[in-house]
Amino acid sequence: MFASFMINTWTAGTIVAVVAGVVGFFVVIRGSSFMAHAVPHGAFAGAAGAILIGADPLVGLGVFAAAGALTISVLSRRARTDVITALTLVVMLALGALFLSRSSQYSGEVFALLFGQVLGVSTDEIAPMLVLGVVCLTAVAVCYRPLLLSSVLPDMARARRVDPQILGIVFALIVACATTTSVPVVGALLMFALLVGPPAAARLLVKRAPLAILVSLLLTLATVWSSIALAYLSDWPVGFFVTAVGAALYLASRVTAGILRRRQAPAHDR
Amino acid sequence: MTGSVDPLAAFFASPTVHAALIVGGFVSVVAGIVGVFVVVRGQSFAGHALADLGAVGGSGAFLIGIDQVAGFVGAGIIAALLMEIVGIRRIQGRDIATGIVFALGLGLTALFLYWDTTTGSTGNAAISVLFGSLFVIDQSVVPVIVVLSIIALLLIGAVYRWLLMDSLDPDLAAARGVPVRLTGIVFLIALALAVELSSLSIGAILSTALLIGPAATALQFTRRFGPALVASAGLALASTWIGCLISFESYYWAGRSDNWPVSFCIVALIFIAYVTTRIARGLSRRRLAAAPVEA
Repeated sequence: MFASFMINTWTAGTIVAVVAGVVGFFVVIRGSSFMAHAVPHGAFAGAAGAILIGADPLVGLGVFAAAGALTISVLSRRARTDVITALTLVVMLALGALFLSRSSQYSGEVFALLFGQVLGVSTDEIAPMLVLGVVCLTAVAVCYRPLLLSSVLPDMARARRVDPQILGIVFALIVACATTTSVPVVGALLMFALLVGPPAAARLLVKRAPLAILVSLLLTLATVWSSIALAYLSDWPVGFFVTAVGAALYLASRVTAGILRRRQAPAHDR
Repeated sequence: MTGSVDPLAAFFASPTVHAALIVGGFVSVVAGIVGVFVVVRGQSFAGHALADLGAVGGSGAFLIGIDQVAGFVGAGIIAALLMEIVGIRRIQGRDIATGIVFALGLGLTALFLYWDTTTGSTGNAAISVLFGSLFVIDQSVVPVIVVLSIIALLLIGAVYRWLLMDSLDPDLAAARGVPVRLTGIVFLIALALAVELSSLSIGAILSTALLIGPAATALQFTRRFGPALVASAGLALASTWIGCLISFESYYWAGRSDNWPVSFCIVALIFIAYVTTRIARGLSRRRLAAAPVEA
């Protein structure tokens, strides 16, 4: 399991887990899980288009992820976010269908982009992932306070002259960057599951922001590592394990949070 | 042109097109009507998730060799009930619940598709479940789809008044004694039916377009419920049929031997309609604002 050809897989998985753990926390507190699904899922169309015209799939992916994120945040100004997200996603996917129908040798790679092929990561793929991951985390660190404020107390943020729309755009671009980091290697499905499951579980257990981000990071790492190990042992797709472990973690922390609350409630009464 | 078949005549003569028009017509009307409630209630994510989750049933049915329609519909209803169980009434929490059920379903899809490809030689199973196509629809499923779309409409009709009240003001509805929980469940089941039907016809992912697009467009130019329902159903039907026609005709002008995917044509039409009404509405609002106020 720790043979030399698996080193890249562990490295890539760790990078993805760190990025997803941090960004996912904000996805959960902002309630942007639909966007966290739409951007990675729609961006695969960009990769399909890039392959069609002979460009680097990573570039296509990045362009589509950024374009999708921008469309969602700009068009949402005067309409419901969920409607816009759905429409943007659908248009990107329809373009993907068009690109796919134009090229003939693609279906295996589509499967990889959607569901991930973590066990076949090459060394050349690690460097761009690392760079994008660092960019993403730096962006989060720079915008940390306004991002947190506008996610938790939007009115207060407005009073402090934080423009929620600009922040929305910045956050959408952060999600796009996280997507481009991870989708070529782990697939759209896996990225979405990581952005929502473990961070939501962390949020249920811990309320304070810095600590909750740390817990989210740890849970995401645990999810990724255990999933790679299980996928290696069983030969089943890693995407399945990531989603199953993520859902199990969420369920467990909901039960735990429920028990804790019940134990605390009588104490308050006294 | 001499000697070649008239493209339009070929369109109406083809039995594939007949099936596509009938199935597409039923599915799009149902999706258009259900979609208005989805948009008003802010459940687009659930609608999209249910469409994708049909693929779990589709791929699972592939695996154990049962009917694909049964797989799609069964998975959709189970997923709808799961979401209601996990569900929280606040939109934010509801989206997370949807996301987690959704992710788990997609993970199962990955597993089923993996088993499909390793047990059989269905390399394209992923693509056909995810993207589907109106032009490869199986003639034998037409009656099933028609019956199921009628059931979905009857469910909506049965709880119409409750649904209307609950969609517009949940607190008022609860105060008036509307069984809010039951209404929500019935609606999610009708939604699952509508969405699985369109999943089968234009593909799991792209069915979201029929559900959200026409309804969002209709709600741009009318705020009243009845007219919005009619307009949304009409728009859905029109974009499906015109999309079919464009896709069919693109065979003659696309240059290659391949035509444009029908799902792409339909989605493009729906999106163009939405953006156009958005712009038109923006313009008219600006004109209203700029016009001098008359005494």
